[in-house]
Amino acid sequence: MPDLPHTAAALRAVVADRTVSAEEVCRQTLERIAALDGRLHAFLHVDADRALDRARALDRLKVPAGPLHGVPIALKDNVITRDMPTTAGSHLLDGHRPLYNATVVDRLERAGAVIVGKTVCDEFAMGSSTEHCAFGPARNPWALDRVPGGSSGGSAVAVAAGLVPIALGSDTGGSIRQPAAFCGIVGLKPTYGRVSRYGLIAFASSLDQIGPLAHSVDDAALVLSVIGGHDPLDATSAAGQPFEAAGGRRDDLRGVRIGVPRALLETGVAADVTAAFDAALGVLTDLGATIVTIDLPHSRFAVPVYYLVATAEASSNLARYDGVRYGVRAAADSLGAMYDRTRSAGFGAEVKRRIMLGTYALSAGYYDAYYRKAQQVRTLIARDFDTAFDAVDLVALPTTPTTAFRFGAHLDDPLSMYVADVFTVSAPLAGLPAVSVPAGLSSEHLPIGLQLVGRAWDEAGLLRAAGAYERRTPWAGRRPRVLDA
Amino acid sequence: MAANLTLDDVRRVAALAHLTLTESEVETFAAQLGDILDWVNQIQATDTAGVDASHASMPTRADAWRDDVAVPSLRTADVIEGAPDAVPAAGLFRVPSVF
Repeated sequence: MPDLPHTAAALRAVVADRTVSAEEVCRQTLERIAALDGRLHAFLHVDADRALDRARALDRLKVPAGPLHGVPIALKDNVITRDMPTTAGSHLLDGHRPLYNATVVDRLERAGAVIVGKTVCDEFAMGSSTEHCAFGPARNPWALDRVPGGSSGGSAVAVAAGLVPIALGSDTGGSIRQPAAFCGIVGLKPTYGRVSRYGLIAFASSLDQIGPLAHSVDDAALVLSVIGGHDPLDATSAAGQPFEAAGGRRDDLRGVRIGVPRALLETGVAADVTAAFDAALGVLTDLGATIVTIDLPHSRFAVPVYYLVATAEASSNLARYDGVRYGVRAAADSLGAMYDRTRSAGFGAEVKRRIMLGTYALSAGYYDAYYRKAQQVRTLIARDFDTAFDAVDLVALPTTPTTAFRFGAHLDDPLSMYVADVFTVSAPLAGLPAVSVPAGLSSEHLPIGLQLVGRAWDEAGLLRAAGAYERRTPWAGRRPRVLDA
Repeated sequence: MAANLTLDDVRRVAALAHLTLTESEVETFAAQLGDILDWVNQIQATDTAGVDASHASMPTRADAWRDDVAVPSLRTADVIEGAPDAVPAAGLFRVPSVF
């Protein structure tokens, strides 16, 4: 059996024309996971029997099920699945089996995707490294002593290492784009409201959005076309025109204006990242785009704003974990003590820290100074983008200020991990779509990401530009060397 | 705004959040949250007079109104099956006494 195609689109084609069966694809996928995941720890749960059953059922169909017919996919473990455990990386949900599927799960399966398992994430999606996963972190396939990024780190590793062609993550402040950058793949955070969050375990509801991690921009578009669209079960999901993957490729960017917020890039960016970003701007220029310096003056407050808004919402969302209806309960002889002990034993340190910060920001006497003030500055951040988009079509930024860091580098100093979110938090605060695409390797042979941010609902324009860049550069085809050993 | 957190501040917030912290957690969080609050305080310098604090600036196409029609929901028996403690015959979750 020859090597299977890397991308979902190519894999779907060979399954749909019966060059290879969905079962064979699934079997090879499971074998690769079995061979490599001991070292990578991308997965928290793999259900081989269920996946093979699904694949065989697809093979029995007379016509392909849909645009992901026979394509294996992994899901971040905060996307709930009726037939598989869902923990969101937390001891509090150890052994939890949901009663229903997230809307995205049903949509993927209707499109013919074969869900192989659930991936490692920071607990309740709170983190940038997967080190806050209660069941151990995933490892970066480019360097096993480094983090894959987070919180959708397991999904990024699963794709980057070729265990699955595509995976879902969720992005609240960068949790799809940052691990995509660290692992050398494509990660897309759609416009707020594009994808239903019904069945996504909530972290910060005004920010959370589900999106794909993939080897190519085309694959990310394909997945978005399957999972996007209005869902009556999520009142924040948008009605209106759904996203269609076949929006048309373009290999020149003539007439496209790309804004670069230079003032944000002046400090704290590693030299390799700056060099790769400047080179990327050169490629975009060669493709015909015009690079324009823009100002996003309030985005320098984006990280503190994010950590107030997101933690405030988290403190409210995570109040549901009380040991009454699901998950793990700690024994106690009164109801109040049971709540406290269950939460204290079930939550890890980072989740407690964020709940505490959010509770403080919402508490009497501090609400106006912290939560309300942060929401006002958030409005200013969004307005800056509105103004910028009068003059440009896209905004370009590095995805991260550095390449993947070593395990433990930030564990004793949570603030130092937070500030590294500097380039990813603005887009979700403004609700905008953003994509990270591979943009080179550092001197240490670690991936670097280019981030493009688009106008609300303009994933088509965003992905056209990202795709043109991807096809002009060699980076999307690079694979981690460590796996050849 | 002075963001120095006392140990009692941390205990008060932990109680609001239904968390019981060890003394060493209280000390660690006082220092870490104090640092984080000092840092987030930089937003106080922004002029936000008259700025809307709502999500008016968020993109939305959602028409959140829908007809109020009852639809089938999860079966009670299924829901309580996953609970840490329940009385299936009564269709109820069971918790320790309130007092």
